[in-house]
Amino acid sequence: MADNGIGASVPRTEDQRFLTGTGDYTDDTALPHQTYAAFVRSTHSHATFTLDTSAASGAPGVVAVLTGADLAADALGTLICGWQVTGKDGEPHKAPAHPVLAADTVRHTGDAMAVVIAESAREARDAAELVEVRYSPLPAVVSMQDALAEGAPQIHADAPGNLCYDWEIGDRAATDDAFARAHHVARLDLVNNRLIPNAMEPRAAIGDYKPATGDYTLRLTSQNPHIHRLVLAAFIQIAPEHKLHVIAPDVGGGFGSKIFIYQEETAVLWAAGKVGRPVKWTADRSESFVADAHGRDHETHVELALDADGRFLGLRVSTLANMGAYLSTFASCVPSYLYGTLLQGQYTTEAIYCEVKAVFTNTTPVDALRGAGRPEATYVVERIVDQAAREMGIDPAELRRRNFIPSDAFPYPTKVALEYDSGNYRLALDRALDLAEYAGFDTRREEAKSRGKLRGIGLSAYIEACGIAPSQVVGSLGAGVGLWESGGIRFNPTGNVLVYTGSHSHGQGHETTFAQLVSDYLGVPFENVEVVHGDTEKTPFGMGTYGSRSLAVGGSALVKAMDKVIAKGRKIAAFSLEASEEDIEFGGGNFTVAGTDKSMNIAEVAFSAYVPHNYPLDELEPGLEETGFYDPANFTFPAGTHVCEVEVDPETGVTEIVHWVAVDDFGNVVNPMIVEGQVHGGVAHGVGQALLEGCAYDADGQLLTGSFMDYTMPRADDLPDLTVETTCTPCPHNPLGVKGCGEAGAIAAPAAVMNAITDAIDSSAIDMPATPQAVWRALGG
Amino acid sequence: MYEFNYHRPGTLEAAAAALAAAEDGQVLAGGQTLIPTLKQRLASPSDLIDLGSIAGLDGVRREGDAIVVGAMTRHADVASSPDARSAIPALAALADGIGDPQVRNCGTIGGSIANADPAADYPAAVVGLGAEVRTDRRTIAGDDFFTGLFETALEDGEIIVSVRFPAPRRAAYAKFPNPASRYAIVGVMVADTGSGVRVAVTGAGDQVFRAGAMEAALGGNFSADAIRDASVPSDGLNEDLHASAEYRAHLVGVMARRAVAAAAAG
Repeated sequence: MADNGIGASVPRTEDQRFLTGTGDYTDDTALPHQTYAAFVRSTHSHATFTLDTSAASGAPGVVAVLTGADLAADALGTLICGWQVTGKDGEPHKAPAHPVLAADTVRHTGDAMAVVIAESAREARDAAELVEVRYSPLPAVVSMQDALAEGAPQIHADAPGNLCYDWEIGDRAATDDAFARAHHVARLDLVNNRLIPNAMEPRAAIGDYKPATGDYTLRLTSQNPHIHRLVLAAFIQIAPEHKLHVIAPDVGGGFGSKIFIYQEETAVLWAAGKVGRPVKWTADRSESFVADAHGRDHETHVELALDADGRFLGLRVSTLANMGAYLSTFASCVPSYLYGTLLQGQYTTEAIYCEVKAVFTNTTPVDALRGAGRPEATYVVERIVDQAAREMGIDPAELRRRNFIPSDAFPYPTKVALEYDSGNYRLALDRALDLAEYAGFDTRREEAKSRGKLRGIGLSAYIEACGIAPSQVVGSLGAGVGLWESGGIRFNPTGNVLVYTGSHSHGQGHETTFAQLVSDYLGVPFENVEVVHGDTEKTPFGMGTYGSRSLAVGGSALVKAMDKVIAKGRKIAAFSLEASEEDIEFGGGNFTVAGTDKSMNIAEVAFSAYVPHNYPLDELEPGLEETGFYDPANFTFPAGTHVCEVEVDPETGVTEIVHWVAVDDFGNVVNPMIVEGQVHGGVAHGVGQALLEGCAYDADGQLLTGSFMDYTMPRADDLPDLTVETTCTPCPHNPLGVKGCGEAGAIAAPAAVMNAITDAIDSSAIDMPATPQAVWRALGG
Repeated sequence: MYEFNYHRPGTLEAAAAALAAAEDGQVLAGGQTLIPTLKQRLASPSDLIDLGSIAGLDGVRREGDAIVVGAMTRHADVASSPDARSAIPALAALADGIGDPQVRNCGTIGGSIANADPAADYPAAVVGLGAEVRTDRRTIAGDDFFTGLFETALEDGEIIVSVRFPAPRRAAYAKFPNPASRYAIVGVMVADTGSGVRVAVTGAGDQVFRAGAMEAALGGNFSADAIRDASVPSDGLNEDLHASAEYRAHLVGVMARRAVAAAAAG
């Protein structure tokens, strides 16, 4: 293994600029003659309204005040949902119009009604306060139960009963039959709490319009700049794709929240055209809380049927999923195709049936957040498995072992439409138990008891599906896009390489990982490789980064491109070395005539391609640049076991995580250090969900957790040192054998924490977040 | 932030004059509450009078058997003060647990107690240690200083100069922090002063208060056992997302016992 090649823990090249404050974030850019936008946001969760903008329009520095009426006059499209889910009744989901600026009705606090453009950010905000809003409040529905109740206030005329869809997957009859045969049935009601994403960098955008050419440019915080361009062009119709340049420079975290096409970025681009000057908007944190799409928010009833030996006969799941006030960009697929399809877990459960009602409420829209559906699925499966173990008196690890899909059963067709590619679940579980010293737990529990603490241990044997694919399948399920990825390799005449990826790095370390991949594969020094991403005029059309797809899909696209480079290089070398192409071998960056010492380095080949003085011009074009597109044959299926050990202080209800073991199968690993960092971040995210983060609204739809004073993000001292290891069953269907690691921790962690707490307090009557008060109450306080 | 006039007087007298002359003036100390409030446009004072340039307002010093903390003394400086740590370690420890390092390096004792946030830590020290608050006009007993939710005995234009803490025989502060803000959901300062026991509770009510029944029990037997079953009534205690009144009442008992145990252990 080279020092910088595949498998090496290369320090992240991007960190120098991130850690020294020299990154290039959207807010760092100031364009000449730039103006600033401030949004007028609803303080009501449900109301009709009228606006009087006269005072604001005349305020100092104001360039324009734009409203829904101006949008209508320009015939601009509304925001879209890019995935059409079909319900039990065969009808498509309800996707009511989501205006860029509300025209006459607001449906959640923070809904944007107008945008003020001014010479300075302060003047824009001052003037926004001068926009007079006359509200006629409407009754609000905040909880999903209330929204579905007979006679509930209607949020959208075209979504009767506030129902977006009623969807199902699996075999209902077979599942009913399994329950009829059951020796034991375990049941739980679970809440998967709503989360607010809180990327470190708030959303920001600068729209720019050049009247002379008709060109629009949008710089913004995006995880998928080409998707932004496509939607803004094709659906909202601000400018055609070839006249719209989208740049997502350094982006400070996304976690899904920067996938979506929102009101604000759209309005900023449109406004730039209206005022003929650049328009900039940077969210403040208070705006992020109400205007970034939230995550999770499920209420679920789950039942597991077991035979006398503890084998899983059937799983029945009924879920309400909160969509918020509007259907966000990919909201519909999260609690359906990214959730119900993962309920097989790691187990051979014989029959599965899941139904999901997606519900509109007067709250901020909900969409994908780190894991997106898969954390919710793992939470349901791993909580009910533990519940069954407890009720049947079987050790939770042993119950899992009895039901694992055996390692020789892959590819494994699930009962919920997927085919698992590879895995060895028993190996990961056993290794995790060893590392966690599971066998010695009872001694530790007794010792803790002597100190007045309740100690518990919890397992989570999670499954996830990364690199959502293939395009033909997702298309048949309602996706409006393909889910392939692009990659480009451009050799420069001097032999160094520009790598173009359609994926987007916003913290994942692609600039390092992809450079390792290219350096290793092409035999080019690591420092001679530069990764370019996040600019629609530089990179080929690409789908962006989410769902832990970048290496599995984007990396594989680069392999395609590199194979083309090598194929062309072989021809060039054959000509230069006066050998036949079939005799040219490539390895270590050198094209060699087999069995000889005649050889050309790939840098020499590149030079020859750009200075084609001795070159087969009648057979071959000059230049050495290739693009690859890769559409995966399947998802990848990372899996593993996390073990969490906690101590609960029964006097206060405080839970302390005292030990954490993560054993994950990510397939082949390019950079172990980055992978471990992703696991750390994911576990922190999942611990945040389990113990700390609980988005809350009051009955009127006012956000109670609207700042860091009340919304608790995980901090370093909430976590112990993590013990992280990997196992490896390579992905069999992509050329790198990689699976994806960005979400695993967030998927595995919540169930591990809650199972540990349940074990500690000997009660499953507790939901996330397990705050001190919640634990104290569960203990009878 | 709305516009305001900014003043940086060099003397207390000039500060008082600027405050008196302002239409709606506000003193700026460490700014840890005021600045975020201004940034969120939740307040719009006409004038800010910054005390940062007035000599003699900061620092910790001994005064007989007492510790005197200047109004502009940063929490971090109280936490690290050798005098505070040797004479009243509970006070230094309390200061060391306020907010986070950024807050402790900017926030001041004068700003904290003048703001009288019901969840702030310092009020428990002022009342629990039987301190007195010295202003540019008079001295106010700690017990009389806090008068309600964000309300104090300070008159219009009155500026805190220092706080004098008599050293107790033994004392400790136990805090149950809000997991998000790390303000006190409940904080209890217990002090054996030599002339009685004081138990001051912050975070639980609309202002800091003394727990009389606990003081009486501890007066006879300064041990956690003496208040084993003691609590405070939950009636009227604060309720929010993080803690019900009942939970707060329960935590007052737990924190009081932990403080007593810590103080007794010395």
